Amino acid sequence: MTGRTPGGDAAGAPGDDPVPDRIHAVPVPRPGRWISAVVLVVLAAMAVNALVTNEKFRWDVVWLYFRDVTVVRGVGWTLVLTFGSMVIAIILAVLLAIMRRSDNPVMKSVSWGYIWFFRGTPIYTQLVFWGLISVLYPRLSLGIPFGPEFFEFRTADLFTAFVCALIGLSLNEAAYLAEIVRAGLGSVDPGQTEAAKALGMKDGKILTRIVLPQAMRVIVPPTGNETISMLKTTSLVLAVPFTLDLQYSTNAIGNRLFLPIPLLMVAAIWYLLITSVLMVGQHYVERYYGRGFGTQTATRRRGRGPGGRGGGRRKLSKQDLIAASGTTKDDPFLEVTP
Amino acid sequence: MNGTQDAPTRTSDTTTDAPMVQVEGLHKMFGDLHVLKGVDLEVPRGSVCVVLGPSGSGKSTLLRCVNELEEITGGRIRVDGELMGYREVTKDGRTRLHRLHPKVVARQRSRIGMVFQRFNLFPHMTALENVAEAPVQVRGLSKAQARARATELLERVGLADRADHYPAQLSGGQQQRVAIARALAMEPELMLFDEPTSALDPELVGEVLAVMRDLARSGMTMMVVTHEIGFAREVADAVVFMDEGVIVEQGTPEQVLGDPQHERTRSFLAHVL
Repeated sequence: MTGRTPGGDAAGAPGDDPVPDRIHAVPVPRPGRWISAVVLVVLAAMAVNALVTNEKFRWDVVWLYFRDVTVVRGVGWTLVLTFGSMVIAIILAVLLAIMRRSDNPVMKSVSWGYIWFFRGTPIYTQLVFWGLISVLYPRLSLGIPFGPEFFEFRTADLFTAFVCALIGLSLNEAAYLAEIVRAGLGSVDPGQTEAAKALGMKDGKILTRIVLPQAMRVIVPPTGNETISMLKTTSLVLAVPFTLDLQYSTNAIGNRLFLPIPLLMVAAIWYLLITSVLMVGQHYVERYYGRGFGTQTATRRRGRGPGGRGGGRRKLSKQDLIAASGTTKDDPFLEVTP
Repeated sequence: MNGTQDAPTRTSDTTTDAPMVQVEGLHKMFGDLHVLKGVDLEVPRGSVCVVLGPSGSGKSTLLRCVNELEEITGGRIRVDGELMGYREVTKDGRTRLHRLHPKVVARQRSRIGMVFQRFNLFPHMTALENVAEAPVQVRGLSKAQARARATELLERVGLADRADHYPAQLSGGQQQRVAIARALAMEPELMLFDEPTSALDPELVGEVLAVMRDLARSGMTMMVVTHEIGFAREVADAVVFMDEGVIVEQGTPEQVLGDPQHERTRSFLAHVL
């Protein structure tokens, strides 16, 4: 500041600084900040030291098995389980949420009962149950209840360990996602439905053309959260037992080598790695769908400004505009993680 | 008037002289709250009916009942001679009402345009898409046809240059004009306006009223709930004053606004003017 106008008194020069006698105050001393920072740095150094110097971690083994074929294949199966069950769960969840909102009391209570049951029992219990399904029902058949049967098959042929794991994970997840979808649908201003009704649109069209596109802003970010959560939940599929996923395969190697700890580290590092990638993805998804939230007034001012034209217009995304119109109200980052 | 005739068969020659809107003994209850207590009203074809009244008098509810956005508790509403929401079935000399299928209700609604206080434009669509949406989804028009028609309508409300703007990029007055164009896209026989200017900044009210005035001049049948007394005086063919769920007074603007007969009308007008 002082250097900008050579020879002039900076504080007094009106052409240089629009604020006369600008304040340059001495900040309040905060020794507590420094002390707490030092304490934390020391603790962190201790933790790193404990990890690096303890030979029982066997970092050489960790690095060796980090690239092992079985482990990498385990990563693949874990990803297949994660995304496979999320896709099934999302489809189921949308159906459940729509049933929950229906006027039909049977639909409503079936949906309610489903969510009640699958949210109310542990995922581990459910996975064990799916693993035992072929013991419970050795043969399955399709037919009319108490009436004739059309065809039947051995349960074990259809319900392989993978299928059981996939079903177990997705049915459980659907219950949580259904609540997220329901919150999303419920967050859209009823005026939107009314306007569409007044135009003569039918319920199905109103849902797919008007309500769902706006509900996405509320639905998508927590669904990303759920995907990350699902990645880690797949480690429970040994309950089925499904034995090809990352957690089980590393555990099996560890037991064989009598080196459980290094292989736990292998699993942990892989999970962290995938989660980190998913988090980056989630960050962008959230930014896309949550935009215009904290900065709603700014968006509005930009959009509405004199005539609404000008440079800012083209830069606004569709999501900004949905947010700025204020037709969805709920916080998109609802915490509904199990 | 002629509501007790055998209703199911109404041929085209009777509809031409039937009033566009015919409300008989309309009651509406929200739970225990009696909002409309026997409303009788006729709106002749091509006329503009302005409904005035203090808030809570039931005027918006009346409008919403005409469009079947509210399920009525008692009475009959006919639009263009057609009973709204129900079918009268006479069997053994007894007449019962059967609810109409939602598809039929949707068809009935598609002939009535409605403009809301809070615009209710679809925020994820541009102005043009807002206007073209229903003709494509309901009427089955091709996208190209609907867009061409939507462009015409946006021109009519003076917003041709705003076609690609999203609602959030438009002022309140512009949004409401798009909403009017959106309703007109369905080629309605009747337009309902539920306090169309109440959510607008004062300097934006005029542009919306101007569009409504043009629409009235073009011969559209309109029911308008508003507090704009000036608009009522200038455009309305009939003014209805409601209070506490009943019509207190109705007549020409000169009668109701110029020489109100009831104390309640007088005190309301004294407050509004």
